[in-house]
Amino acid sequence: MNETADMRTYVTGIGLLAPNGLGLERYWEATLEGRTGIDTLSRFDVSRYPVRLAGEIDGFDAAEHLPSRLLPQTDVSTRYALVAADWALADAKIDQDAYTDYEMGVVTSNASGGFEFTHREFDKLWTKGPETVSVYESFAWFYAVNTGQISIRHKLRGPSSALVAEQAGGLDAIGHARRTIKRGTPMVVTGGVDSALDPWGWVSQISSGRLSTATDPHRAYLPFDTHARGYVPGEGGAMLVLEAAHAARARTAPRIHGEIAGYATTFDPPAGSTRPPGLRRAAELALADAGVRPADVDVVFADACGVPELDRAEAQAISAVFGERGVPVTAPKALTGRLYSGGGPVDVATALLSIRDGVIPPTGGTTEVPEDYGIDLVRAVPRSGPVSTALVLARGRWGFNAAVVVRAVPEETA
Amino acid sequence: MTRRVVITGIGVRTPGGNGVKAFWELLTSGRTATRRISLFDPSPYRSQVAAEADFDPVHEGLSPREIRRMDRATQFAVVCARDAIRDSGLEFEEFDPARVGVSLGSAVAAATSLEQEYLVLSDGGREWLMDHGSLSPHMFDYLVPSVMPAEVAWTVAAEGPVTMVSNGCTSGIDSVGHAVQLVREGSADVMLAGASDTPITPIVVACFDAIKATTSRNDDPEHASRPFDKSRNGFVLAEGAAMFVLEEYEHARRRGAHVYAEISGYATRCNAYHMTGLKTDGREMAEAIRTALDEARIDGTAIDYINAHGSGTKQNDRHETAAYKRSLGEHARRAPISSIKSMVGHSLGAIGSIEIAASALAIENGVIPPTANLHERDPECDLDYVPLTAREQRLGTVLTVGSGFGGFQSAMILRDVASVTT
Repeated sequence: MNETADMRTYVTGIGLLAPNGLGLERYWEATLEGRTGIDTLSRFDVSRYPVRLAGEIDGFDAAEHLPSRLLPQTDVSTRYALVAADWALADAKIDQDAYTDYEMGVVTSNASGGFEFTHREFDKLWTKGPETVSVYESFAWFYAVNTGQISIRHKLRGPSSALVAEQAGGLDAIGHARRTIKRGTPMVVTGGVDSALDPWGWVSQISSGRLSTATDPHRAYLPFDTHARGYVPGEGGAMLVLEAAHAARARTAPRIHGEIAGYATTFDPPAGSTRPPGLRRAAELALADAGVRPADVDVVFADACGVPELDRAEAQAISAVFGERGVPVTAPKALTGRLYSGGGPVDVATALLSIRDGVIPPTGGTTEVPEDYGIDLVRAVPRSGPVSTALVLARGRWGFNAAVVVRAVPEETA
Repeated sequence: MTRRVVITGIGVRTPGGNGVKAFWELLTSGRTATRRISLFDPSPYRSQVAAEADFDPVHEGLSPREIRRMDRATQFAVVCARDAIRDSGLEFEEFDPARVGVSLGSAVAAATSLEQEYLVLSDGGREWLMDHGSLSPHMFDYLVPSVMPAEVAWTVAAEGPVTMVSNGCTSGIDSVGHAVQLVREGSADVMLAGASDTPITPIVVACFDAIKATTSRNDDPEHASRPFDKSRNGFVLAEGAAMFVLEEYEHARRRGAHVYAEISGYATRCNAYHMTGLKTDGREMAEAIRTALDEARIDGTAIDYINAHGSGTKQNDRHETAAYKRSLGEHARRAPISSIKSMVGHSLGAIGSIEIAASALAIENGVIPPTANLHERDPECDLDYVPLTAREQRLGTVLTVGSGFGGFQSAMILRDVASVTT
């Protein structure tokens, strides 16, 4: 590796599957038009449950996208992850000889593994006996499954890993992929995808106590709204191709979506501590890592949990960094539901599209933001104007905080 | 100047090894802790052998509330973390919490609690649509296992980087490797790092049965884990945990801490070949070993002992033997190699950290633990696997490796801090 090589981290490919759009452009169109992916969960009869709405991906036929031999061995979440990785790599147009196999890695995040798949295997074990358990169960379930499958499918043999940090994990994966690039691996596929919408996954999510029990898909998940009453869970996520700037330039990458300019992660003090929560510090550390002042940030993509006390805490953190109403804040995830490890990567992809098109998408159905939150939330309609730097925030249950700074790469410097 | 990372505290819970002292006595005695499964009735299963830990959460000082909310694997991790903290002598209260992080590895995380909750919610498997009325308030903690590193972080009120590394059976090396990177780059000064897995539960036993990865030597459980032996026929599932206090070297030196070893090199590669299969050539593991040696700035001939993955499956034992020859050349024939899985079994994501503990203790004590049950080598495994009896030998540098589903191949170099010059 050349000591003077440009080690900035560029995003050169994106693959995205969200409940309101399969594929990056369809998702972006829906996001700008305010089309929600939230509806009554259709996988099974939800009428007996107190929570019935989900961000469910419709119209996805895995057989159209993946070889048939992969279908019996993969959970739905892994199929999404494989397709997202395929799309990201196709977008990046990496020639077969651009890198050696050890120069390409995979870092994904996962929150619940191949859960629907494993639910079926538990059923087989306990109703039909151990000899009926699938030969694929040993690797379709575990949290590293997407990293392993993507590595195999694309012959990526470099440093690879799988991280878990609930909803913050997707940004951690991107941050660790960037670290891996700085340590000398020029290309890393990264991101996160989750799905746990089988009945067991569903009741497990209900047990979090944070899900919205509302029944109107447009009013169920209202981050930062006075009527916020929890979140709607969703499925999907995004995979990104990250490359060292020098390597992307050397192979004349067709498109530089932007730069992952900064990253930081922190953890909250234990319950009952008098010390402040860690989100503000994560944001400040990520900005410092990027060498960016708060005044340079054009938009914040919020974690936006939709639980009033968590929304309030996040609003306070944002105001503390940027000043009251000091920066536009948005949460397009109000139209997809929270995607766990997929949430951060989808927000990073959305931030890159905001930069590309000079427009900030709105926050779903949120209308009334409490005055004392002190944030300038983009509501109802997109807000136009140049965007060159975005801060993406994510929090994971139990105290995880992560922040990523996304920055435009002007064409002449790419 | 490059920041260097050292181990200043160790906590372990393994089969036959509650605490560092008992663990080391077991390993050097060559006794085994593999038995017939007692945690549930194993008779319907192909493999009925496992290495179980004698773990009593009350005796370990966990409160009734902690015992209620934590999965068994989390309990192991927290108990080991508390031991490691005590052992390090580090006063965490005097330390900036923002400079303390956690990196915890686990392959199947809360599998035990998931299965228990499943049986309640599904009425023993009879109901696909589950009854939320009988839902545990902790079910979400089992669905999303990042509660494990969170619980460890709370033991010292850490506010730095906290994460879970879940790379299947290399999780325990990779979580420590991840922590080393964070300390080196300056994201933290102290990391609680390690791994925990408690997979001895019907679903996990059944899924390894399905691919015949575990041993069927049910009539002789005490001798069922036989890495590199001609008669071995699969690994022995186990549970356990190991946690470390990792510290920036200058920081440890200034406070006069006892240093077990420096972690001077780490690398991981993927084989991109098969989710469970291994090629015979050991190419990717060899690459991980070479890269870890480069990071440690040493030549392969500096390796005094190799703590092997040695799972006791035919494909693994041959794969890693090839990897040693490929990466170390002739030195592979000289370096003693042993697998502690012959004694404590294979605790999936945890074992990598348990093997790092064994490697550090081998350096500390100048003793190489043996490979138990190795009476007749597989003819294709023709290296020195230290059969049956521990060997006294001064160790400057130790290599430990791991290999796992998903194709992960990891390698780590530990060295005696007495040989570290500043």
